[in-house]
Amino acid sequence: MNTIYAVMDALLPVEAMQFTFMKHALLAILLLTPLLGLLGTMAVNQQMAFFSDALGHSALTGIGLGIILGVGSDLVSMLVFGILWAALIILIRHRAQTSADTVISVCSSTSVAAGLLILSRGGGFAKYSSLLIGDVLAVGQEDLLYLLLALIGGVILWCYMYNALLLTGINASLARSRGIHTILVETAFAILVAVAVMLSIRWVGVMLINALLILPAAAGRNVARSTRQHAFFSVIFAVMSGVMGLFSSYLWDTSAGAAIVLYAAAIYAVTLLIRRTRR
Amino acid sequence: MAGYRQCTLCRIDLKNVSVTRAGQEVLRDVNMHIHCGQLTAVIGQNGAGKTTLVRALLGEIPYGGTIRHEDGHGHPFPRLRTGYVPQHLQFDKEMPVTVEDFMAAALSRRPVWTGIGRKTRKTIEEALSVVKGEDLLRTPLGRCSGGELQRVLLALALTPNPDLLVLDEPVSGVDQNGLNLFLDTVMELKHTRHMAILLVSHDLNLVRDYADHVVLLEKTVLRQGTPGLVFASEVFRDVFGDMTFGDKKLLFEDEPLNKSVHVHGESHADPCCAQEEGEQA
Repeated sequence: MNTIYAVMDALLPVEAMQFTFMKHALLAILLLTPLLGLLGTMAVNQQMAFFSDALGHSALTGIGLGIILGVGSDLVSMLVFGILWAALIILIRHRAQTSADTVISVCSSTSVAAGLLILSRGGGFAKYSSLLIGDVLAVGQEDLLYLLLALIGGVILWCYMYNALLLTGINASLARSRGIHTILVETAFAILVAVAVMLSIRWVGVMLINALLILPAAAGRNVARSTRQHAFFSVIFAVMSGVMGLFSSYLWDTSAGAAIVLYAAAIYAVTLLIRRTRR
Repeated sequence: MAGYRQCTLCRIDLKNVSVTRAGQEVLRDVNMHIHCGQLTAVIGQNGAGKTTLVRALLGEIPYGGTIRHEDGHGHPFPRLRTGYVPQHLQFDKEMPVTVEDFMAAALSRRPVWTGIGRKTRKTIEEALSVVKGEDLLRTPLGRCSGGELQRVLLALALTPNPDLLVLDEPVSGVDQNGLNLFLDTVMELKHTRHMAILLVSHDLNLVRDYADHVVLLEKTVLRQGTPGLVFASEVFRDVFGDMTFGDKKLLFEDEPLNKSVHVHGESHADPCCAQEEGEQA
């Protein structure tokens, strides 16, 4: 770890980087944003923005249920609940006769309400409020290890399922005729998104996590013509907003998550203009 | 194009195939077969169960009865390779996916966002050249016209060479030029690759001109045989009314474009596997 710190000191001789918490925060962002950028491309293409939003909100319920069931770690509760929740929503999407939007909305509000009810018992919600806006400056060494493992595992899985997922997104019948188990692929993707979201939520916050997943990918889509360009732009935009947001929040003394998402929104606005002028 | 194989599949036999969905009977005791080297057309009103039949054939939904794939010697044919051209492809037109990306996703394991290998690109180029779509390689999928999209889908369905080609209303929303190009390619394939082709279509003119065997479906098979036989039947008139087909005659006094060997009541003169052809009233 000391070697990494030394490299960072050499590469970034700025005041903010003197602090270990800033180094950790930067590393966390460099590990998280590429994964979210990649996963975002498909979440946007599959029109799953609302789904991932509901997923983010379910973190509260996960923690709440974890407390009731006596699970020691918030992260474990969030992950387990997030995975189950993702699989359930995919199942409902396939079964539901009504619009998937309505179903997801109903599930989302119910889970938020249930989570708040449990966590606010006895007026104790204040200690969970950091979960809403996140705190990337609190990342520790052990967390970085989790994030690194998530990035490696996530990218491997992502490569493995990407083609099948792309075909499923274009036409499910066609995908099935080519031997793809479409429900399995969609569920695996939803679970991968759930894991990435749950691992990021403590640092970015329930309110903003979905923006970080969707905005860079949506911006990338505005300027890309192929899947390769889409992945490239989405990752670049995610990392750029992450790094710029972190340093700005240090200078402005504000929440990092909010600054990151605002940069992502600004990039989205610029790409939208580029797209308009191209036409 | 990947090497042409002699048709190893001979026929697909459907015996008493039934499908019930949400308590409603969609198909009942469907008995028919699909033969290699022939274009079999399924016609019927909306809701007659045409698409359900295709989905059962593709193994997408559970069904009662049996669907057997046989080789030229009547032995079971274990792995049927199906090429499927879906009905009008509905997808997000703004998706940044090129024709090349789309085809590579289906043909290669390498994730397409990391690039496309040389071998895969060559396969795609060859597949597109069969449908005269070489220039579409880098076109975003959403910018393709209806006809172009159908040709891309056909190119993909033909790679690797399928035993059965399923065309589900493949020409709805395609202009006349695109339609002719598409059908000419299909007919050429039928002859050169001796493929079994199943066409689901509303367009009775098209069925009349191109099909070797027609199946009139309304939950079950009402009538099957040559287009001439089926179109002249009483039950056909009950389903579709008295149709005159524009300036074309209903019966086959003028021979259709591609009449092959299938004649009602006679044995099949197919070189690869002679079979008895039964007609069902």
